[in-house]
Amino acid sequence: MKDTNVIQVENLTKKFGDFTAVNAITFEVKKGEIFGFLGANGAGKTTAMKMLIGISKPTSGNAKVADFDVFTNSEDIKKNIGYMSQKFALYDDLTVKENITFFGGIYGLSRKKIEEKRCLLVEELGLHNIVNELVGSLPLGWKQKISFSVALLHEPKIVFLDEPTGGVDPITRRQFWEMIYKASNNGTTVFVTTHYMDEAEYCDRVSIMVEGKIEALDTPKKLKEQFKVNSMNDVFLKLARNIE
Amino acid sequence: MSISVKNISKSFKTVNAVKDVSFEVKEGELFGLIGPDGAGKTTIFRILTTLLFADKGTATVAGFDVIEDYKEIRNNVGYMPGRFSLYQDLTVEENLTFFATIFGTTIEENYDLIKDIYVQIEPFKKRRAGQLSGGMKQKLALSCALIHKPKVLFLDEPTTGVDPVSRKEFWEMLKRLQQKGITILVSTPYMDEAALCDRIALIQDGKILQIDDPQEIVKHFPTTIYDIKADNIYKLLLALKEYKHSYSVYPFGEFVHYTDKRDAIDTKELTLFLKDKGLNNIIIQPTETTIEDTFMELAK
Repeated sequence: MKDTNVIQVENLTKKFGDFTAVNAITFEVKKGEIFGFLGANGAGKTTAMKMLIGISKPTSGNAKVADFDVFTNSEDIKKNIGYMSQKFALYDDLTVKENITFFGGIYGLSRKKIEEKRCLLVEELGLHNIVNELVGSLPLGWKQKISFSVALLHEPKIVFLDEPTGGVDPITRRQFWEMIYKASNNGTTVFVTTHYMDEAEYCDRVSIMVEGKIEALDTPKKLKEQFKVNSMNDVFLKLARNIE
Repeated sequence: MSISVKNISKSFKTVNAVKDVSFEVKEGELFGLIGPDGAGKTTIFRILTTLLFADKGTATVAGFDVIEDYKEIRNNVGYMPGRFSLYQDLTVEENLTFFATIFGTTIEENYDLIKDIYVQIEPFKKRRAGQLSGGMKQKLALSCALIHKPKVLFLDEPTTGVDPVSRKEFWEMLKRLQQKGITILVSTPYMDEAALCDRIALIQDGKILQIDDPQEIVKHFPTTIYDIKADNIYKLLLALKEYKHSYSVYPFGEFVHYTDKRDAIDTKELTLFLKDKGLNNIIIQPTETTIEDTFMELAK
């Protein structure tokens, strides 16, 4: 079912006063796709993402996420997506177990289901020794892996990842991407932003935002052909001017 | 030596943040501490800038001891901490004037040094620092760290969270500063930036894994790495991990980096094995070792 669109965006625009942060962007994301959402700092990525996850109302345009309209059904969107960012993910003062229980509860899972999910998670990530530790005491890499799994607890159709691997060591960064591949293989759509250009190569398709507009959108292979360069880093450097 | 660190250790409660670290930075050198969050980079910076005492070991900066001569060090170094170091409620110009004044100098006196960087943010000089974009904050923070013409510049993760275009510009600025005779110690979690330093120390969990120049450091890698590609990268990863001779398997851009337990791989056999796993369009070819490969092998 790779051809079903789970995100459909048409001329989506967000203005703050007379500043247009997101300028009529149009794209769609297919079920199970790993979609890379790239752009320079200040290009409008975060603003666009906020509209898609239902926490910011667009100025104009249309967007459907998991079949729900961002204008009229933003609460339904929130129930059907997972979200994780580098800045906020888990509560440092709760243990790993408490975090899982808390977020499971927030997403409305039954006690039994939470228990089931927790056992599965402990097994898959090898958390046996740290499940009762405070999250604040764990290395960043662990936190990020756990928080990705927590974002998937309620089996959302789409998971949004905002710079999930910033500052993480290279081995953990790769383990993290293996988790992304696995989720995608199970049919979860992954919408991800990153500043690591090698990670852009891991995506099925990549869009690059420049000054509020999507200036390029294709598979990494075709983008490299289009710009006649050998790496996504060079595609990015060719396209993204510094907007300051 | 511009910076000399001998057997420095530092613990916080139960965490051994820095474990017996030694390295030297020559005058005028651009030296990189390369490692992820939690490696101990910031603790080393804080010890060298006299903001923190080490538990063990000694260190000198610009010839001054970090404990005995802390006042001289503070006058002779510039420090740009990882977290935002500016006064959010002061304007761009006020921040710069403030830093110049506490070091007993003026913007005009050392304007030459910061000119390249400062002209880019000068159009916004009446704007409060808190209202600047990430890239502009970074340029202002660097200007403030330079305004007293330091001998040694400490930059703690100046490019973390910054996009590739701004990162490239930032490194070009560093190269120009280096040409003006300033010694630079910079830390970064981005392995691709390591190649831009004169010498680097790879660091993880408070320990230095290796020190060398970027061209040499990859020679410490013990074996040949192969680029492998197929039509489904996730299935390819799983299959390679199952392969009985596999030693390491990591996604690496458009390829998977693979190393074998044996001295040489059997390309035919491996291709057949992968085809058997249902993979198509298989490419297997030797590739060059990167600093990131080296880091991962040493950190294992």
